[in-house]
Amino acid sequence: MSIKEYRTVTQARGGLLIVKDTPGVAFGDRVRIEDYSGGIRNGQVIRAADDAVLVLVFEGTDDLDLEQTWVRFLDEPVEIALSPELLGREFNGLGEPRDGRPPILSNLRRPVAGSAINPAARTYPREFIQTGISTIDGLNSLVRGQKLPIFSGSGLPHNRLAAQIVRQAKLKDEDTSFSVVFAAMGVSYADAKFFRDEFASSGVLRNVVMFINLADDPPVERLTLPRTALTAAEYLAYDLDRHVLVVMTDMTYYAEALREVATAKGDVPARKGYPGYLYSDLAEIYERCGRIHQRHGSITMMPVVSMPSDDITHPIPDLTGYITEGQIVLSRELHNQGIYPPVHISPSLSRLMKDGIGKDDTREDHPRVSAQIYALYARAQETRNLASIIGADELSERDRRYLAFADAFDTRFVGQGESEDRSIEATLNLAWELMSSFPRDMLTRVKETDLAKYYTGTD
Amino acid sequence: MTEPSRTGAIRDINGPIVTVDLPGARSGEQVKIGELGLFGEVISLAGTTAVVQTYESTDGVRPGEIAVGLGFPLSVELGPGLMGGIFDGVQRPLEKIALQSGDYIRRGISVPALDRARQWEFEPNEALEPGAKVSGGLVLGRVQETLTVTHRILVPPGIAGELEELAPAGDYDIEASIARVRTAKGHILKLSMYHRWPVRRPRPYLRRDDGISPLITGQRVIDTFFPQLKGGKAAVPGPFGAGKTVVQQQIARWSNADIVIYVGCGERGNELVDVLESFPQLDDPYSGRKLMERTLLVANTSNMPVVAREASIYVGVTMAEYYRDMGYDVVMLADSTSRWAEALREVSGRLGQMPVEEGYPAYLASRLAAVYERAGRVETYGAGSGSVTLIGAVSPPGGDFSEPVTSHTKDIIETFWALSKELADARHYPSIDWVTSFSGHVHTAAQWWHKEVDPNWERRRTAALALLARDAELSRIVNLVGPEALSDAQRWELEGASLIKEGVLQQSALDDVDTFCSPQKQFALLDIAITIYSSGAELIAIGVPVSELQNLPILAKMRRIKSMYTSDQMNQIQAFRGEVNSAMGEIRIEYAKQGEPAVS
Ligand SMILES: Nc1ncnc2c1ncn2[C@@H]1O[C@H](COP(=O)(O)OP(=O)(O)OP(=O)(O)O)[C@@H](O)[C@H]1O
Ligand SMILES: [Mg+2]
Repeated sequence: MSIKEYRTVTQARGGLLIVKDTPGVAFGDRVRIEDYSGGIRNGQVIRAADDAVLVLVFEGTDDLDLEQTWVRFLDEPVEIALSPELLGREFNGLGEPRDGRPPILSNLRRPVAGSAINPAARTYPREFIQTGISTIDGLNSLVRGQKLPIFSGSGLPHNRLAAQIVRQAKLKDEDTSFSVVFAAMGVSYADAKFFRDEFASSGVLRNVVMFINLADDPPVERLTLPRTALTAAEYLAYDLDRHVLVVMTDMTYYAEALREVATAKGDVPARKGYPGYLYSDLAEIYERCGRIHQRHGSITMMPVVSMPSDDITHPIPDLTGYITEGQIVLSRELHNQGIYPPVHISPSLSRLMKDGIGKDDTREDHPRVSAQIYALYARAQETRNLASIIGADELSERDRRYLAFADAFDTRFVGQGESEDRSIEATLNLAWELMSSFPRDMLTRVKETDLAKYYTGTD
Repeated sequence: MTEPSRTGAIRDINGPIVTVDLPGARSGEQVKIGELGLFGEVISLAGTTAVVQTYESTDGVRPGEIAVGLGFPLSVELGPGLMGGIFDGVQRPLEKIALQSGDYIRRGISVPALDRARQWEFEPNEALEPGAKVSGGLVLGRVQETLTVTHRILVPPGIAGELEELAPAGDYDIEASIARVRTAKGHILKLSMYHRWPVRRPRPYLRRDDGISPLITGQRVIDTFFPQLKGGKAAVPGPFGAGKTVVQQQIARWSNADIVIYVGCGERGNELVDVLESFPQLDDPYSGRKLMERTLLVANTSNMPVVAREASIYVGVTMAEYYRDMGYDVVMLADSTSRWAEALREVSGRLGQMPVEEGYPAYLASRLAAVYERAGRVETYGAGSGSVTLIGAVSPPGGDFSEPVTSHTKDIIETFWALSKELADARHYPSIDWVTSFSGHVHTAAQWWHKEVDPNWERRRTAALALLARDAELSRIVNLVGPEALSDAQRWELEGASLIKEGVLQQSALDDVDTFCSPQKQFALLDIAITIYSSGAELIAIGVPVSELQNLPILAKMRRIKSMYTSDQMNQIQAFRGEVNSAMGEIRIEYAKQGEPAVS
C-alpha cells in the first residue's frame, strides 16, 4: 500500500487528533505527523472507523493547527529496532536515541505492544537473588523472574535503594551479573542523572539500556516507554540469553499520563478519575516479566511506585499490588528516624519467596525465621501503640521485652549502610541474635531443631 | 446444528469492540473478524449493524475487512480429555497452542479443545438394550478419563428417542459414533463421545436439592468455623496480598471434591504455573492419586484480552455443570470475580452505556447473581446426585468491602470468608477474620460433624468463638487503661484466645505437616485448646495465679502441635491431651494441699 498523506485533521485536543476520510487505516498503526513548521511528531491509531480515525500523538497536540498538519499512516505498528548495540545507550519512549549517537540499525524490529505469554510456556520462578539487604533477603526474598515493586513516597530514598539493589544483586554462589533495562517516566533531570552517574561509577554502564522521558518531556510518550523498554528487555533475555533486571520509575507518572489521555478520549472513569482499564493496562506491562521454558534468560522487574499522599489504597499502588508478586513498602516514619533503607516490613510481601528459600536455596530455617520475626514484630507494634497510650512504665515485663526487640530490630536489622552488602547467612544470624532476646517458649513459629541449632539466648 | 455462515464488513474498531455490517446477525452469535480471523461475539444489534466484542487484540485490523457470522453462540466442547488440561478463556488448549505458536499466543489461532486423534476405551452401559428409551443426561457408557476420574458419556441435553444401537466396548476417538438414537419424528441421530454446549445457558437437571454435607477443605478456619456445603456459593474478599489465591489453591488441593475447576480470571500467569507444576506431584489425600488427575484449569491471565476474561467464568462453570451431570461433586474456584466484573465494565463503557456505580453498568448485580445461581446440588437426569460448589475471590479496590462487586456478592453468597489486612500483615494465615466472616451452613454442617467426628463439635466451636469475642472486648480495655487493670481470670481469657488463634486458627499453607488437617485432627486441636482454657479457668477460680499457668510448657506445645503431627498421627495428638490433663491435675493437687490449711 502506498503511503498517503492526509490534511484532514478536524480536531486536535489533549494529545488526540481526529482525521477524516481515511479509508482502511489499521487499528494500532504508527502515524507520523508533520506540523506547520516542519516539526515531526509520532502517533498511533487508537480508533479506526471507515470514515475517520482517532490518533494519539506521543509528543502531544500543543501548538498544532488544523490547516497545516499533515498526517501519514505508516502501515506498520509501533516498533523498535533491536541489536546488541542497545547496551550502553540511551533512548526516548519511542526508541529514538537521546544520547546524540546514531539510531540503532537492525533488520530485527519488533512491535512494542508485545503479546501475551502463554501461561503454559512459563516456568515458575524459584532462584533466590541475594540483594544484600536484610529486610528483602531475609523477610521478602526476591527471585529471578519476579516483579517486586518498591512502594514509596515523595522524598523517600527509593532511588538509592533501587540503585543499591542494582549494584548488589546476584545469585547466591554465582557471579553472573544482570543486564539492566532502566525505564524512567516523568522523573526529574536530577533523578535521571543520579542513575546515570550511579551506573557509570559502579562500572555497569556497558550493561545498561536506558529509556528516558523526563518530567518536562511530552507525557503521552510515557505510555509507550515501558513497552519499548520491555521489548528491549525481552530481546536481551530471550534472544541474547541474559538475565535482565528492569528498573522502572515512576509508574505513578505513567498512570497519570494514562488518565490524561483517557479523560481526553472521554473514557468512563472508575476510581479517582482513572479509567477502568488501568488494571489491565498495568498488567500488560508487569506480566511481561518472568521465566519461560527452555529460555536461558529471564526478566526480573523492580518498578518504583510513589504513593500519592503516602496512601497505599490509592488506585495506582493498589492496582499494582493486585498484579505484582509482592511489594517492598518504604515508611516515612522510619525515614524520619534516620533509618536506611526505611523498609516497613508489615505491609511488605514477597509472594514468590516460598520456592526460592529453605534448605537447598538459602538455609533450612529461613522460612520459619521469617514467620517468627513477622509474628514478633506484629506483636511489638501493638505494644508500641499501647505504650504510646498508657506509657511504657505501665507495661508488663514481657511487653517491655517486645519494645526492646522492636527498637533493636529497626536500627540493626532494618537499618544498614548504603554500601553494606549482607550475605543471607549474616542476615539470618542477625535475626537469630535478635530473636534470642526472648525465651525459647515464646518462639513457637520455629522448630525445636532450629532452636537447638541457632538459638543464642540463655533461657 | 450450525447454519451457513454469512459475511459482512468491518466499519469501526475501538479496541476489542468492533462494529460490523452484518445483515441477519443474531445476538450472542460468534463472528470471525478480519483477515486474521479473530473470534468474537455479537453483543448488540441495530438494523444491519452488529457490535462485536473480540476475544483477541484487534491491532492491525482495518475498516473494510471481512466479518463472518458463524451462526452459533460461544460454546464449549464437552467430552473426555478435559481433565488435567489448561484452557484459555474461550477453551482453547494452551499446551497445544504452545506447541504450535511458541511462548506467546499467536492471534487468530484456532485449536479445538479436545484431541481428535486420541482413542478412548469406551465401555457401554450394560443396562441399555436397543429399543430402550433414552433422553438427555442418560449415561450411555464410560471412559476412564484419568486414573481418578471415570468419565460418564451422557446423552446430550435436549435429545430424546429410542436407542437403535450402542457401540460395543472398544477404542474410539471422540468423533466416532457410539450410539444411534431414533427420535419421535423418526430422525436418526448419531451420538459421539462429545457434544457442544453454549456457555451462557445453564445445563438442565431434574431438580434442585438442598446441600447436605460440608465440603471438607482441610483448613480449620473454614471447616470448623465457617463451613461450606457441597453445592454452596462462597466468596473470599480481601485486599491484595491477603491470601485469596492461597485459600483457593488450598481448597483446590485438599478438598474432598471429585473434580476441581480452577479459573484464573485476570490474575497472574505464575499462579497458574504454580498449579501446573505442583499438582502433578501432589497426592490427593482421599484417592491417593495425583491431584492433577482431577483438576482442570481455565486461564485468562491479566495480560490476556479482557473480553475473553468475561467469557472464562462461563466456560469454567459450564464444564463444572457437565461433570456435575455425571454425578460428581465439583468445586469451581474463580480468581477473581472482580476482574470478570471489570471486563463487563470495560465493554459497557466502550458501548457508551450509562454507568451506575464506580463505572459499573446497572446489570452488574443481576449478572453476578446469575453466575452464582449456576452453583447447587441437583438430582441429575441420569447419574444421581451431583453438585457444583462455586467459590469466588473478590478483589475490592483499596480493600474497601463497600464497593459494588463485594457488596453485591455478599448479598448472593452463603459463606463469606473475609480476609483482613491486619491479620495478613501480622502473618496470621489464613487471614480469615472471625468477626466479619459468616457461614449460613453451620447448622447443617453440625449434623455431619456430630455424626462423623464428635457430638461436641458445635459446643466447642461456640465456646471458641465466645472466647475470641471476649478477647476483642478485653483488648479494648487494655488499650484504654493498660494490662494491670485485668484480673487473673481475664488474663487467662486472653491467653485462651491466643491459644485458639495460634494453635487452631493459624494454619500455614507452606507447612508440610499442617497444610492439610483432617476433621478428626481439627476437632482434637480445638477440643484440647478449649480444655486447657477451661481447666485453667477452674484453677484460677481456686486461687492459682495466672502467671503459674502461663509458664506451663503445654502452652508452647499447644501452639506447636499442629505442625508436629500429621492427621495420621492422631495417637500422638491424643497423648498430648494426656499431658495437658496431668499438668493441670498436678497444679490442682498442689493447690488443693496448700489450700487446706488456709480453709481450715
Ligand atoms: N494460608 C497461608 N499460609 C501461608 N502463607 C500464606 C497463606 N495465605 C497467604 N499467604 C502468604 O500471603 C501471600 C499472598 O497471598 P495470595 O497471593 O493468596 O494473596 P491474594 O489475596 O490472592 O492477593 P491478590 O489479590 O494480589 O492476588 C502468599 O504468597 C503467601 O506468602
Ligand atoms: Mg490472588
